[in-house]
Amino acid sequence: MSSFLSASIGRKFLMSITGLFLISFLCIHLTLNLFLTFDDTGTLFNLAANFMATNPFIRIMEPLLALGFIIHIIWSGWITLENMRARPQKYAYGDQLLSWWAPAKNMFILGFMVLIFLIIHISNFWIKMKLTGDPLLKDVVVDGVEMHNAYALVSNLFLSRWYDLLYVAGGILIGLHISHGFWSAFQTIGFSNQIWLKRLKFLAIAIGIVFAAGFSYIPLYFMIKF
Amino acid sequence: MADIILNKIYVKVWRQNSPKAKGRFETYQVENVSQGTSFLEMIDILNDKLIREGKDPIAFDHDCREGICGMCSMYVNGHAHGPDTEVTTCQLHMRKFSEGQTIVVEPWRAAAFPVIKDVMVDRTAFEKIQQAGGYVSVNTGGVPDGNVILIGQDDAEEAMDAAACIGCGACVATCKNSSAMLFVAAKVSQLAKLPQGKIEAKKRAKAMVAKMDELGFGSCTNTGGCELACPKSISIAHIARLNREYLSAKLSD
Repeated sequence: MSSFLSASIGRKFLMSITGLFLISFLCIHLTLNLFLTFDDTGTLFNLAANFMATNPFIRIMEPLLALGFIIHIIWSGWITLENMRARPQKYAYGDQLLSWWAPAKNMFILGFMVLIFLIIHISNFWIKMKLTGDPLLKDVVVDGVEMHNAYALVSNLFLSRWYDLLYVAGGILIGLHISHGFWSAFQTIGFSNQIWLKRLKFLAIAIGIVFAAGFSYIPLYFMIKF
Repeated sequence: MADIILNKIYVKVWRQNSPKAKGRFETYQVENVSQGTSFLEMIDILNDKLIREGKDPIAFDHDCREGICGMCSMYVNGHAHGPDTEVTTCQLHMRKFSEGQTIVVEPWRAAAFPVIKDVMVDRTAFEKIQQAGGYVSVNTGGVPDGNVILIGQDDAEEAMDAAACIGCGACVATCKNSSAMLFVAAKVSQLAKLPQGKIEAKKRAKAMVAKMDELGFGSCTNTGGCELACPKSISIAHIARLNREYLSAKLSD
């Protein structure tokens, strides 16, 4: 098994599986976050956040998600390093086939920027909710249940125009990363052929746009409305 | 149509005396080149001039000069086999270039393809991958009837598409990771689609991928550059098949 995980296809297989797992997490994350824009009293979002914080299945998935992120990040670094070693001498007149900004060519850089965003994002919310606490999180009672006022924490952060723009950028970066990563993952696990290649590439761009638009919409909503 | 003559062009080419020597670019002027000239013929003209001047001619690989041997490995103006589609360097013509242009010629750049001299690289790595598993078992004895084994038209076509690979190495040269996945995929695919290839199928995918890794090629990140550069337009769908073959072989270990 160890030879599999260090072989070129094995390493990529691990990237694909963790990548698809992270995409499935992002689907849930985006759906719940959109509740922020459905109800300006924050009740709906607080209910959703409380459900996520107390649901036993989600509690089990949380460490798995962290593991998924860690593997995806470490293996991407390993693969990139090995790939750089495969061409010690670069071309003087670089590759002219794909545009310089093509996500396919910049997955590591895009991923690295998403990682920086992720660290800021975690320190903005997860650390405050789970570890340090925050005065804004003061408990509210919804339908007789006491819960954190997660909405207050989010809406307060989005009062800052800088954070709004940062979160728009974060959404776009994730969208770009997925616009290649989604079809690439299926290609690597072997689920692709002449016909499905076109379908998967189309789907990847569509999903990338949905994530970019969806995640950007939330800070933009707060930016325009408040 | 009257032949157009390029009065003056500049060739900025990689010169390297030996595998260990430090290489550098040198720029040469070439005069009166017909646009109907092939790229290799233009290099021949330049070499002729260099020899007459008492200089060392540019070493480059070439053999058939009709686009099927896969020898002419040159990275021209940022493109493997130059700025034309579905051709090898020998099939590239000077009509793709204009008056006064500087043409940059480099060897394939990959750790697994060391430079022998100038723009000539050692592609023995491909032979080693092929030897690791790119073969089929055959019965000894009389010549079998070609029609005994029935093969569906679609399978035969797809196997033939993969078999069109001439092993030129443009995929490795173009891939930002110097990955040989398109080459290995083509070689695995052409046999995976045919009944004759079934006997060694599991061993083949594992052995060829292991050899590819051992020789220092990079991992495939599905940029698709290889497919665009391939003079035989081999599809990256074959890479998905290689992944499938490899993963199923590993699962059945």
